[in-house]
Amino acid sequence: MTQLAEKPQVFAGALEKRPNGGPRWLEDLRSRGAARFMTLGIPTVRDEEWRFTNVAPLGTIEFTPAEQMSGAAERLHGFAYTDAPVRLVIVNGRFDTTLSRVKRLPSGVQAGSLAAALKEYPDVVQRYFGQLADFNGRGFTALNTAFVQDGAFIHIPDGAVLDAPIHVIFVSGADGSKVMAHPRTLVVSGANAQARIIESYIGGPGEIYFTNAVSEIFVGDNAGIDHYKVQEESLDAFHVASLHVHTSRSSRFSSHAFTLGGKLVRNDVFALLDGEGGDCTLNGLYLADRDRLVDTHTTIDHAKPHCGSHEVYKGILGGTARAVFNGKIIVRQDAQKTDAKQTNRALLLTDGATINTKPQLEIFADDVKCTHGAAIGQLDEDAIFYLRARGLTYSEARDMLIHAFAAQVLDGVQVQPLRAALEAELFEQLAKDLAEADGVKR
Amino acid sequence: MLDIKNLHVKVEDKEILKGIDLHVNAGEVHAIMGPNGSGKSTLARALSGHPEYIITGGAVRYEGKDLLAMDPDERAREGVFMAFQYPVEIAGVNNSYFLKAALNAKRKHQGLPELDAMEFMTLVQQKSSLLEIDKSMLTRAVNEGFSGGEKKRNEIFQMALLEPKLAILDETDSGLDIDALKLVANGVNAMRSPERAFVVVTHYQRLLNYIVPDYVHVLSSGRIVKSGGKELAYELEAKGYGWIDAA
Repeated sequence: MTQLAEKPQVFAGALEKRPNGGPRWLEDLRSRGAARFMTLGIPTVRDEEWRFTNVAPLGTIEFTPAEQMSGAAERLHGFAYTDAPVRLVIVNGRFDTTLSRVKRLPSGVQAGSLAAALKEYPDVVQRYFGQLADFNGRGFTALNTAFVQDGAFIHIPDGAVLDAPIHVIFVSGADGSKVMAHPRTLVVSGANAQARIIESYIGGPGEIYFTNAVSEIFVGDNAGIDHYKVQEESLDAFHVASLHVHTSRSSRFSSHAFTLGGKLVRNDVFALLDGEGGDCTLNGLYLADRDRLVDTHTTIDHAKPHCGSHEVYKGILGGTARAVFNGKIIVRQDAQKTDAKQTNRALLLTDGATINTKPQLEIFADDVKCTHGAAIGQLDEDAIFYLRARGLTYSEARDMLIHAFAAQVLDGVQVQPLRAALEAELFEQLAKDLAEADGVKR
Repeated sequence: MLDIKNLHVKVEDKEILKGIDLHVNAGEVHAIMGPNGSGKSTLARALSGHPEYIITGGAVRYEGKDLLAMDPDERAREGVFMAFQYPVEIAGVNNSYFLKAALNAKRKHQGLPELDAMEFMTLVQQKSSLLEIDKSMLTRAVNEGFSGGEKKRNEIFQMALLEPKLAILDETDSGLDIDALKLVANGVNAMRSPERAFVVVTHYQRLLNYIVPDYVHVLSSGRIVKSGGKELAYELEAKGYGWIDAA
């Protein structure tokens, strides 16, 4: 292992002062996380899972756990759908009661601080917390586990149907000092429940900080959970996050991940389809410009028969940005009649942008349908000419094609104000990138 | 309306058009015929401003203006329309959204107010029945999954909406069965007017039974080798292209 990892010296000091308190099992968990992280360290590019993503810069900056933040309320402005009627606001990893709004939740639904839930609903938290986010082989998850203190907790009881989406907003930054946050999100839904959950990660422009988030979602029998992740971190921030999902019999889960911010971004999604007849959608759209790096690793693990999975990831890259997409689909021996479809597409707006993409199929059942496809390229010049021949200018034609490219993922957003905000922000950022790309060409 | 003088065009370093002269007045229909590789489609594409078709000599004036100095989109907004031989499929762009954008780009250029969704749909309904454009063709992505006939009908439908002054049809009849051919021809004939001119590029005389031209020009090896009235088309149909080259 030492060959694969950097010794995590810069985190050693912080780990010594890691949070304590809470139930005994949590204390144990933190200790095991800390010990595991000291063994695993920060991955290097010699680790196959991190081959194209060099996170060494993280090992050179001494990030400190953050406590305070000035003007957190003001920091919410200008980000997608932060005025949601139901919102949980997590400031530098700590739940903020003043900024959160939970009045409109139906009775029986619990949504709030994870730290509070540890006291109020200790049994539920203990039963589910950490069950999916295995950290034995994963340094960043181990690091997050070592620092577990607070975050968001959402419990939707059997049969509850939530009309309003729950928006969990993670705000990071500390006016120039380099802070880190290790927020946790735990979502547990009962049978026949239905909810839409949004996780947003935001930070002030130019701030350098490190978000290391772990989310776990349990989808009950015949329940439906739509999950949205909107990452609008500072363009100088480090963002490492993993989402772990467990589905049950006939349950439906969809994930829609939008990556707009961050300098170095790594997203891992693990979906374990652990009940017959389940359905899982993983969609994503990422925008990378300048010298940013966006790495997405997804794993869909078909463990039971008759499950469907649909995955569409799209990237738009400019500048000298780099992207990595690794989509793994596992079909276990029992998972007959699996129907899995994966598509990965990237649009390179400049010659300097690059992507490394790899589908990975591991199929152990014999009666399954699995397809995957990847397409990387520039805009179709024939299509641009066709549109120009009908009177659209070059830039109008190009914008129309880029909008069409992004639309497939945007169209999956079932929260109208979120969709509108995302579309506006996406195309505002794109307009800047395109202007820059044009500048380079000229 | 269109005045082509000694036009030379090359594609991928190969000279295809070697001095074309053609004069088209408003209200006229000119058919351009000729064997494969004679340069018919090259002429159409060069007039539309396709970037792969490089003008190496000559001049083209359109309504007194230098057509070759205009970008492809500028030509379109000025009223030049080309019906593509191979219409391009554009994934993810809804056909009716595209048509509205194209129409409004032109209206803006003409200083007219843009059409809103209601006005646009009314116009679409007026124009679509003649070409039997059904709803699904409007809601699908541009040309995506369209049959050959649907694609060509969609081209003529765009022409009907955009109401160009000069329409260039690049082998719009190729690959169509007789019913589709009649639909397309009816669409074109309905638009014939004293203010509008057509340049109809075709390989087959058959189309000219339905769109009767005022003039027929025969292209061979990048030059117009024979021009005449509509009877020239019948002669070609009867004798083939062989006698042209021999002549």
